[in-house]
Order: sequence, then structure tokens, then C-alpha cells
Amino acid sequence: MGLKQNLHNLKEKYKGTKMAPAFNAIHTFLYLPNETTHNGTHIKAADDLKRTMNTVIMALVPCLIFGMFNAGYQHHLALGAIESANGFFDTLFWSWNNLVIGLWKVLPLVIVSYGVGLLIEFIFAIINKHEVEEGYLVTGMLVPLIVPIDIPLWMLAVAVAFGVVIGKEVFGGTGMNILNPALTIRAFLFFAYPTWMSGDKVWVHGAVERAGTPDAISGETLLGAYAQNTSLAGIDYWDMFWGLIPGSVGETSKFLIIIGALFLIFTKIGSWRIILSTIVGALVMGLIFNGVVDAGWIGESSKFYGLMSVPFWQHLIIGSILFGAVYMATDPVTASQTNKGKWIYGFLIGFISIMIRVFNPAYPEGVFLAILLMNVFAPTIDHYVVQGNVKRRMKRLKTKTA
Amino acid sequence: MAKDSRLILDPLGDDNPITIQVLGICSALAITAELKASIVMSISVIFVLGVGNVVISLIRNIIPSKIRIIVQLTVVAALVIIVDQVLKAYSYQLSKELGAFIGLIITNCIIMGRFEAFALGNGPWRSFLDGIGNALGYGVILIIVGFFRELLGSGTLLGFKVLGDPIAKTGLYSIGYENNGFMLLAPMALIVVGIIIWVQRSKNPALIEDH
Repeated sequence: MGLKQNLHNLKEKYKGTKMAPAFNAIHTFLYLPNETTHNGTHIKAADDLKRTMNTVIMALVPCLIFGMFNAGYQHHLALGAIESANGFFDTLFWSWNNLVIGLWKVLPLVIVSYGVGLLIEFIFAIINKHEVEEGYLVTGMLVPLIVPIDIPLWMLAVAVAFGVVIGKEVFGGTGMNILNPALTIRAFLFFAYPTWMSGDKVWVHGAVERAGTPDAISGETLLGAYAQNTSLAGIDYWDMFWGLIPGSVGETSKFLIIIGALFLIFTKIGSWRIILSTIVGALVMGLIFNGVVDAGWIGESSKFYGLMSVPFWQHLIIGSILFGAVYMATDPVTASQTNKGKWIYGFLIGFISIMIRVFNPAYPEGVFLAILLMNVFAPTIDHYVVQGNVKRRMKRLKTKTA
Repeated sequence: MAKDSRLILDPLGDDNPITIQVLGICSALAITAELKASIVMSISVIFVLGVGNVVISLIRNIIPSKIRIIVQLTVVAALVIIVDQVLKAYSYQLSKELGAFIGLIITNCIIMGRFEAFALGNGPWRSFLDGIGNALGYGVILIIVGFFRELLGSGTLLGFKVLGDPIAKTGLYSIGYENNGFMLLAPMALIVVGIIIWVQRSKNPALIEDH
């Protein structure tokens, strides 16, 4: 008897008891269930919820692995232990030493995220007597990728508990949530523990302990530096593109995010409309700001000058807007459902992201706020798109009958 | 007498002004970042609503119904000014902290709500009990919210550092605990009130509104 049969027997044994959903979840996650439907023809489709979720996770894994290497790389680089790597394929970057630091710092984040999140999912499934839903699989993978490397684990645990309960379970669980749970978790961390979520210390492992000592190292993100109007000598645009820069764990490599995006679009899991329109929105806002600077309406003394004068295309590679556009904005539950709505929704996310980024130096990363805001408005956008369609058809009907 | 005691007890539980009638939310969000402010606010409202209900009930038969709102406002305003002056005289610091919120008791929906719903149709004694009961129900929620927000947000209770000193790193802070700054922001107060509503309704499903 294999594990599958054992799980099946357990499931039969606990059928109807409180713990049944927990066993079912493990069983169906690992294997195809034993029983199949007996009568009638059913729609056969391969993309059930678990497979959809797993596709997104597959798209995220490169970012996670890169994030581990980058965590170690940034740490060693800041300490002066290694030279800066030359391009994406340099062995200075893909070194064992870097990976060890990364594994040591990133794996606990992943374990805490999944452990706490799934525990809460299981508890709610047992209380509410429904099957365990798979919604947390992606959230659990996203969370470690969007937090700073040195975030204390207990804070992450508190935030995950908050995000899953308040962001999702109170609305009725997977598929019913208004806000993206991963971003709810990040927003909670951001407002609850700002010293650990922003500033110039948290983005490189070891920077916090060393602050104030002679060994102090800088752990600032490029956005933070831009917002301070500091010049960025020595940062190569290709480094930004490949991702060899400090930042949240998984959001730095634009290259891998683009590959993930292509994978999601190819598998039809992610909406290309949202991804594209978000990028367009961001570029438009960037162009407007560039125009303002070019027209001379804003001087170098202005606190907005640093970020406003960033060439519009650079906005795509210095922050996490690509990561947000590809993995967060496309969440099918919280995004707009109609095609036209998706264009509007994505465009406004990009537009507002850059606006927050420039106008509020305290929140250099406005992407998550912009996505959360548009999550709230997504149903409204859909409503007006649908009403617009209804009106147009009514008109057509009238002209036909008249 | 059994009925009279319900006037006090109902608002504390199944007819709570904040969690069931959903009145007075604004002040529950605004001033509950500290427990002390919550307590003072609760006491002020107990006074204003208790006395106000009696006054309105006494003059209920001579108020022309067309101008009753104005009369009610005058009564509340007079009572609020008394509270404000007393606070200024005996606890100036606190009065400065609470600032406009004492004045804004006038606009607390619970007060006008109870005048309209109860005091205009009942005798002084029952109105008094109703006023005290509703104000107590309001105060209980305020104090619960204030307790959690101050404890988790600042690590203090009534100003005492119950979790240790965050700067000297004593107590809980020595093992890496940090205050939750989100608790001090108004959205978190709304979420705490929401959790109270959730817990209360899940304990007593009869309270769940169907729609």
C-alpha cells in the first residue's frame, strides 16, 4: 500500500468528522482522488484551481532562487568581501557563499509564510466545515518575495495571520476577497513596523545590526536614493535589469520577471491586458513628469526633482512595478473581470504607482498601494463597463427595431 | 423592575449602540488610541446621555415637535459645555489632548439617537436608565478598543509601560518585540471594532442581519 492508498483510507475513516477537510486537502494536493464521477458527461478541463496556482508558483520560483543568490551577493558586496559582479552570468554572483546566506535568510521566510498561512486556512476550513482552499499557495510564495530580507520572522507571522484572516477569511475565503492577501500582508507590515519596511537599512542583510557601528553598511534601495535626490554614480542600468541591486527578496530581477510574465501569458494564467496596460500607465505618468521637468516648472531644489527627472523608461527597472504588474495586479480574484475593465484597471495601477512614487518620498514604493486601491475599485470599473455594454446594445436594438 | 434592568443590560450586549446599532463609530475610531482618553470619553458620554435623556424626557410633552431637534441640540450643547469646563478646570492636560472631541460629543449619533428613539416617549426614570445603559454600552466598546490599541500600539496602559521600555530595551522589547504602529492609526480601530462585531455575531447568530 502506497501513501496514496493510506491517505485514501484515512479520508474514508475521517469522513464526516471535523478533521476531514484537512485530510482531503493533503490527499488531493498530492494525488488525483480515487473516486471519479459515475454518470453523465462532464466538462473536462485540466486547469483546476490547484494547477492554476501551481503554474503561478512555477513562474515565481526563478525569482525566489535569484532572490536567494542576490541576498548573499548584496550582503557580501556591502561588506566589501567581493567585487561587484559583471553582468548576469558572472560566477561572482552565482557563488556558493551567496547561496548559503540566501538559503539561511530566505528559507525561514518561506517556511513561516506557508506555515502560518496554511495553518489558518486549515483552522478556518475545519470551523466552517468546507474543503481547504488552495488560495494560499500563491500568496504564501509571494509574501517572502515582497518583504525585506531582514524582516523579523515573528513580524512576518503576525502579518500573515492578519492578512489571511482580515484580507481573505472574513470575506468568505478564496475567491471572495476584495484585496490581494499578499499585498494586505505587505501593507500591514508597512504601516505597523515602518522601520523594518522602509528606509536605508533593511534591504541588505546585516545592515540593521551594523548601523551606527564603524562597520556600518548602506542598505538603501535605488528608489530610496532617488527620493533623497542623491546621485547614483556607479549603478549600471544593466544591473537594474538583471537585478543585481538591493530590494525586496524577489522583485529585483526584471529579466526573470519578464520571463515569468511570458510564461504566465503563454499558459493563459496571467492577463496580458493587465500587464501591458500597467506598463503603459507607468510610462505615461513617467512621461508627464519628464515633461514637467523639461518645461522647467520644477527646479532642482524641489524635493520631487530627483524622481521626476528619472527618464520615464527607468521607472520600470528601478522599483518593483514590474513585479507588481505581473504577479500582483493579475490576480484573477481581485482584478477587473471584463476585458475593457482590465485595460482601465491596469492603466490606473501603473499611473498611480508612479504618482505615489514621485509625490510621496516617504512611500517610494507606491506599487502595492496603487494595486490595493485599484483592487477596491475593480468591481466599480466592471460595473460601468457592463452598463456601457448594456446601453450600447439597447441602442442597437432600438435602431434595428425602429 | 425586570424590564427596567433590561434597559441597562441590553445595550451592554445584544443591543450595543456601536456593534449592533452602529452609532457613534466616529468617536470610537478617533479617540481610542489611548485607554485614558477612551475612559474619559466614556464617562463624559455617560454624564451627557444620562442627564440629557432625563431633561428631554421631562420636557417631552412641551417641546413643539417641529423644533425638537433644535431643543435637543441646545440641551446636549449645554451639557457638553459643562463637561468641557469641568475637564478644563480639573484636568487641563487631558482636555487639551481630547481637544475638539469633547465638543464633538454634540454630534455623537448615539445621543441624538437615544433622545429621538427613547426619551421623547418614556418617563424620566426609564429614560435615565436607557441613557446610562447606552452610554455604558458605548463606553465598554471604547474601552476594549482603547485597551488593545494602546497595549499593542504603544506598549502602555494608561501611560504605564506594561511591556517594558522600548528605548532601554527591557521586558518584552529585549527579545525583539516592537510596537505595532498600525494600531495607532484610525483604520486599525475600524478593524478592531469589526473584529468585536464579528466575535459578537458569531457567538449569537440571532444578531446576524439577513439581506
